[in-house]
Parts: sequence; structure tokens; C-alpha cells
Amino acid sequence: MQYRLTTPVTREDLAPLRAGDTVLLSGVVYTARDAAHKRMMELLDAGKELPFPVEGSALYYVGPTPERPGEVIGSAGPTTSGRMDAYSPRLLDLGQAIMIGKGARSQAVKDAVVKNGAVYLAALGGAGALMAASVKKLEIVCWEDLGCEAVRRLEVEDMPLTVILDTQGGDLYQSGPAAYLASLN
Amino acid sequence: MRTISAAAMTDAVARLCVRANTVLPEDVDCALERAYFTEPWPLAQETLDLLRRNQSQAWERKLPICQDTGMACVFVELGQEVHIDGNFEQAIHEGVRRGYGEGYLRKSIVADPLRRVNTEDNTPAAITVRIVPGDKCVLTVAPKGFGSENMSRLAMLKPADGVEGVKKFVVDTVRLAGPNPCPPVVLGVGIGGSFDKVAALAKHALLRPLDEENPDPFYEALEDELLEEINALGIGPQGFGGKTTCLGLAIETAPTHVAGLPVAVNVSCHVTRRATEVL
Repeated sequence: MQYRLTTPVTREDLAPLRAGDTVLLSGVVYTARDAAHKRMMELLDAGKELPFPVEGSALYYVGPTPERPGEVIGSAGPTTSGRMDAYSPRLLDLGQAIMIGKGARSQAVKDAVVKNGAVYLAALGGAGALMAASVKKLEIVCWEDLGCEAVRRLEVEDMPLTVILDTQGGDLYQSGPAAYLASLN
Repeated sequence: MRTISAAAMTDAVARLCVRANTVLPEDVDCALERAYFTEPWPLAQETLDLLRRNQSQAWERKLPICQDTGMACVFVELGQEVHIDGNFEQAIHEGVRRGYGEGYLRKSIVADPLRRVNTEDNTPAAITVRIVPGDKCVLTVAPKGFGSENMSRLAMLKPADGVEGVKKFVVDTVRLAGPNPCPPVVLGVGIGGSFDKVAALAKHALLRPLDEENPDPFYEALEDELLEEINALGIGPQGFGGKTTCLGLAIETAPTHVAGLPVAVNVSCHVTRRATEVL
């Protein structure tokens, strides 16, 4: 199945999604990698607000290449999501609804996805030029000192994504290879 | 004695950084194309199609193929009859600085592994030099992304583990990596030498074009066996499932100690980049 979603999303929007479905995502997506996540945790520890509205939000784990003059963004494929595992459950509990990256997640993240009715979507790893095509606008929100790791606000149109972890506990990284291997018998 | 100017080296390295990051080597491109035509699983074939479309997007929009434009690994085969007119290492770092700046490539290097402040120009390069006969200087830039680098492993096996132990370690490395290194992967495997040498062998093995055979029939057969076992894991492109888990694999070996069997696997991705110039 292919779904079209626009951020911010609700639990109801995400409920029908199943591991292996594809999503064309539009709306606002915020970027954050390890360093930005660490700073977000420090803000929360100090009782301060996050630099973006978290309810129903989508976070894309990406550090784009610098944009050429006149271009919106450089190459912008996903980084390995596992480095965010230590931080994601807390953000999901606060209302973050969509994580976008690539690669396996911890059991704690999987549990937090089910508990909060969230999803983990994969962008195409190593396909930074293709992913960049769906980004229509970019502005830096904060932490410019982090360079490519600064938090950016992206406006995206039909960003092509694949559901990895769904609200029912499905995991494409388990079920996808298993289905292929079963087809050989 | 032939003199090569440091400035010429800098120019070449700068060009190579940009070329390597925007155009995939022909052998890797061909391997992706072949995988597309032989992949039986529909979702995997669609995914391979998208990976190939990414390359044409990169070309049309003058974008790097992948946003992780990597650590600049620079390999130099320096003829022993060459005199470098200037500072050899600085010339290479300067080439990286210029290439990553002018090419709008991402700066991904931190000056210290624990204090982690970005050097802002992707220097220093990781330089490997080999002195060879002759009066040429062969420069290869192989930018290495860390999504795959982080999945690499090294083991000091026992001689009794033998070829089966080596095979198990290589296949386990790919299984453990799963979807993280952006499969389909390319593997450089080092066997033998010492603790440091075996890692260098694995890294260097990634420079061998995927359509070039191992000159030793014993290791050529081992490469084929490993490739078959890895592509039976079912991980598939992006880890979504499928036949195409590994595009190619190269083994490099070195003499080792009677008491040891070092093995290292340097994992690379479907964007295995390298570009070469001869000065």
C-alpha cells in the first residue's frame, strides 16, 4: 500500500500503516542527528522547550551537503538511525510521531513506537540526490555551530519513504528478508 | 630523478575529491546494473532501480551521490625516482580542503575523537603511501562514508579456525550489519599480516575494481564462495529483503605469524567511491 501523509500527523493517520508500505510525505520535517539530539535532551533536562513543535512532528536524521548557490539543499540521504536510539523514546513519549532514517533500531525504540502509535520510516540510504529532490524549502532553526548537524526546518513534497516499524510491532528489517527467503522454498 | 610540484598534487587531489563524490566508478555502476537485471524479488528490484536513478539525479543536479562525502582516504603510489617540490602531506591536505570546499561536499571530520570539534574543511586526509619503482605518482581518492565504516570488524582468529573460521567471520559481519551499511555492500577483506596490517589490507582491497579477478585461483574461489553465502542471507537492498546483499568482495592477504590468523572486513556500501590520476 502507498499512503500520502502531511505533517503534523495524528495517531489515526499512522494507525493503518504496515511495515513494507510506502509513504509519500509532505509538509514540515525537522532535521536532527546525534549532536542535536544530545542538545535537545539537555534542554528537556533543564525544563526548557524544544526548538520545534514536537506534537505530531517528523524528524529526519540527515546531515546534508552544503547547498550550491541558488539551490534549496545539497545531497540529503539518511544517516544511521541507531545512533539516535538513546534519545528517541523520550521524544516519542513527548509526541514526536515520525522518525526518518535508515538501519536497525533498539528494542526500547520499537517498544516506544508501539506504545505511542508512532512510526519509523526509511529514506533511501546512499541516495542523497534522489532524497534532495523532494525538499522545497530549507531554513536553519538553531545550533548553526553544528554545521551539517544543525537543526533545519525542511518543507518537503512527496518525500518517498518506506515503513520499517509500524504501530503494531511490525519490522520490515525482520519480515522483508524472511518473506524473500520463504519465497525460495 | 623527476620533479613533481606539490601544487600539481594539490590540484589533482582537489579534482579527485569532487569526481569521486559525484560519479560512481564504472565497475560499481555495472555491478548495480547487473544486480538490477538478476534480482528476482520485486521490492528489491524497485529499490535497486531507485539507487540507479539516484546516480542520474546526482549527475543532472551536480550533487554528491551520497550526503556522507566521507573521510578523504588518499592512497599514493609514489615512484622512488620522484622528488616532490614542496611539502608532500600538506599538498594532499590542501587538495582535500579545496576539493571539499569548491565541490560543496560535506565536512565530516572532527579534530579529536572525544572532544569532537569539526575541522570545517574535511581535513586531515587519511593518507596511505607506498613507495614503488619508477618516476610516476599515482593518486587515488576513495572517500569513505561511516555508515558502512562503522559496521567493519577485525578478529585475531586462531590458525585452527582456518578457512571456515574466516568465512564465518566475514558472513557474520554482513549479517550483524543488516540494513545499517546501506546494502548492497562491497567488502574489502584482509587476511594475515598483523593487527594493524590486516586492517590496511581490508581497506586497500576496496580499491580493486569489482570486475577484476583475484590473481590467486585459491582466493578467487574463496571470494566466489563468500559472495554466494552472503547473497543467500536475504538482507537485500537497503535491508528490505532480496537476493542482492553484496555487489562484490575482494580479498588481500599477507604473510602472518605461526601463532595467528588475523582477519578484517572493511564494509563499504553501494556508493563505493574511488577516483585515480597519474602524475
